[in-house]
Amino acid sequence: MSNAVKKHHEPLIHITKRDDMIWWKAWLIRLAAVLLGLLVVGVISVLLTKGNFFETYSIMLRGAFGRLGSGSTRLLWKFLLETALLLCLSLALTPAFKMKFWNCGAEGQALIGGLAAAIVMMKLGDKLPYWVVILLIFAAGILAGAVWGIVPALFKAQYKTNETLFTLMMNYIAMQLVAYYAYVNAVPAGSGQIQSIANGHLPVIGGQPYLLTILLALILTGVMLVYLKYSKHGYEISVVGESQNTARYIGINVKKVIIRTMMISGALCGLAGCLMVAGIDHSVNPDTVGGLGFTAIMVAWLGQLNPLIIVLMSGLIVFLESGAAKVADTFYLNGSYADIVAGIVILFVVGCEFFIRYSIKFRHKEGKA
Amino acid sequence: MKKVISVLLLIAMLFTMAACGGNEGTKEDELKVGFIFLHDENSTYDKNFMDAAKAACEAMGVTYLQKANIPETNECYEAAIELVEEGCGIIFADSFGHEAHILKAAKENPEVQFCHATGTTAHTEEVANFHNAFASIYEGRYLAGVTAGLKLNEMIEAGKITADKAKMGYVGAFTYAEVISGYTSFYLGAKSVCPSVTMDVQFTGSWYDEQLEKEAANALINKGCVLISQHADSMGAPTACENAGIPNVSYNGSTAAACPETFLISSRINWEPYYKYIIECVQNDKAIDVDWTGTLETGSVELSDLGKNVAAGTADKLAEIEKGLKDGTVKVFDTAAFTVSGDAITANVKVDAEGHVTSYMADVDTDAAYTGDTEAIKDGAFAESSDRSAPYFDLAIDGITRLNSKF
Repeated sequence: MSNAVKKHHEPLIHITKRDDMIWWKAWLIRLAAVLLGLLVVGVISVLLTKGNFFETYSIMLRGAFGRLGSGSTRLLWKFLLETALLLCLSLALTPAFKMKFWNCGAEGQALIGGLAAAIVMMKLGDKLPYWVVILLIFAAGILAGAVWGIVPALFKAQYKTNETLFTLMMNYIAMQLVAYYAYVNAVPAGSGQIQSIANGHLPVIGGQPYLLTILLALILTGVMLVYLKYSKHGYEISVVGESQNTARYIGINVKKVIIRTMMISGALCGLAGCLMVAGIDHSVNPDTVGGLGFTAIMVAWLGQLNPLIIVLMSGLIVFLESGAAKVADTFYLNGSYADIVAGIVILFVVGCEFFIRYSIKFRHKEGKA
Repeated sequence: MKKVISVLLLIAMLFTMAACGGNEGTKEDELKVGFIFLHDENSTYDKNFMDAAKAACEAMGVTYLQKANIPETNECYEAAIELVEEGCGIIFADSFGHEAHILKAAKENPEVQFCHATGTTAHTEEVANFHNAFASIYEGRYLAGVTAGLKLNEMIEAGKITADKAKMGYVGAFTYAEVISGYTSFYLGAKSVCPSVTMDVQFTGSWYDEQLEKEAANALINKGCVLISQHADSMGAPTACENAGIPNVSYNGSTAAACPETFLISSRINWEPYYKYIIECVQNDKAIDVDWTGTLETGSVELSDLGKNVAAGTADKLAEIEKGLKDGTVKVFDTAAFTVSGDAITANVKVDAEGHVTSYMADVDTDAAYTGDTEAIKDGAFAESSDRSAPYFDLAIDGITRLNSKF
């Protein structure tokens, strides 16, 4: 061609926003991200343990689901239980997050629900008929959780306080209250431990102690899906989340929506606390929720506030943590290993969204264009 | 399309490889011992158990399995069952709050032996394969107290303090029998050589909180304490002492490296003898004691090397008293050595005219009402750890002032 054409500099990498990707392609990218993350985990594990590359994966799978062909379904139940509990808390946070209300208080809301359940179990468990006790446990736990959710919402709605700090600090109040209750009722005196509470255990379905919790989590998933997608409340939550001014303009009572949504969020966390205390542990201590309330924040976001994706993400996180704990115990690594494993995979999962939303084009070589 | 295929291939590869990989090389007939720890080796409390467990398993030629970072919840039960499924013949848990969950696992698996440190219910539950263990650490603390008392005497003789200013400070965790038993034996050890000694106790309300422990130690020093000891595990109190130049009696291992000028001595429980004992029992089909209390004799109670600034003649005096403790001529909680007065004389306590305790009904069979159920005064001494391995001495004796209480 002619030299008259002015050469203009083209950048090496060109990033453009993609139009909507076909769903299955997006999911393949996400799956590839998880597998790539696991690949990096494998390499790091070999460096740390000097063990076999594939052994890491086999130990992880065994730690999460049990030994293949052993006929034992116990670890599978444990996996489902832990997924169900994490799912409950993540689902509880979802409506608040959708409203752009940063509820960082799932830990405390669940713990205070668990404490309320424990108090009913200890003080009324042997005084009232079994089913009355069970109903009271749920009522008390859900109410306590709801109160823990409403308080920061009220302050946010009335005085525009920062809800992140507020809900975080409410966690510590709940932990201290549980610690106090445990010390006051400790056996032996001064040990700070409530031993197993004898009465008010939730019913066991079909001989499987974890089944009730798992079923409730599944029901909750369905209910939350419908609530967010098809109900008037769900619509109001999205509008408030997008723009409070728009919400006001079309006549939505923003304060009411904030308080109502946080009440639901807290109540569901309280329900999860009930399940942990009355269904699983039969006791309460500041470790009962064990940080699950914080993990749930991450899971809700990884799940893009979509209940169905949240189910998958809960399962993924539980798999990574229980699998990595097994690897750590086998090779005498410490607790940080599980965090590293989860961190690496999550980084890939979060990172891959970039490639789903944007396409990258490299500069074409001169003359080949 | 190429991308899709390569991704699918990658998945297939990972999972088939994973399914084929990994068979551990342990023999099936060999005894396996599973250990459940509250934290990992970053906690000095758990590291003490972990090191002893690995050493004992190696010495006895059995397989060591561990589950670390197991909280005091249902997860502890799951961890125990997992160790049962891995083929463990003995399962051991190291934290007080593990007890109810271990007990549940023990009831479901009668063929496996479950051992739990610091627990209190084995002797009342009467589950044949569930056992408690502790050590007479009060003897170690008594000896550490003697070291402290000799140091105080040296300070008095050198004219640094007068006899009535011989006040020690103690940083405790909770107002719990294990802690009370610990600081009282420490105090009585000091008093046995330095009769004018008194002691202030400041509780932190936490088993491990470096900042709180440091602040508590500093507060005690400001209140005129001339020697500090502590129950909690962090370096908080020893560091505060080193900075202030105040002698320190440590716990759970020597702090001489970090605090060379002020470190005197440290006592700790060595769990290796207990582990060897339970492994031997299972190997020889012998029953494990319901409650096992390790002593100086069994090697369960250990004292560290002495710091460079201990009083002259400390080593000889310690050897003499250690001999006395072993043959029973010296009793730590000899009722003649301490008095109780005022509010401390509760319904469970009976004292003579001088305030020496003649009878004490201790809450050994723990219950929610804290009923005193067992006579603890036997042959003129408080018989610590004789009716249950975990300590139950919780009297408030004269000479010790609790500045606060934390339950």
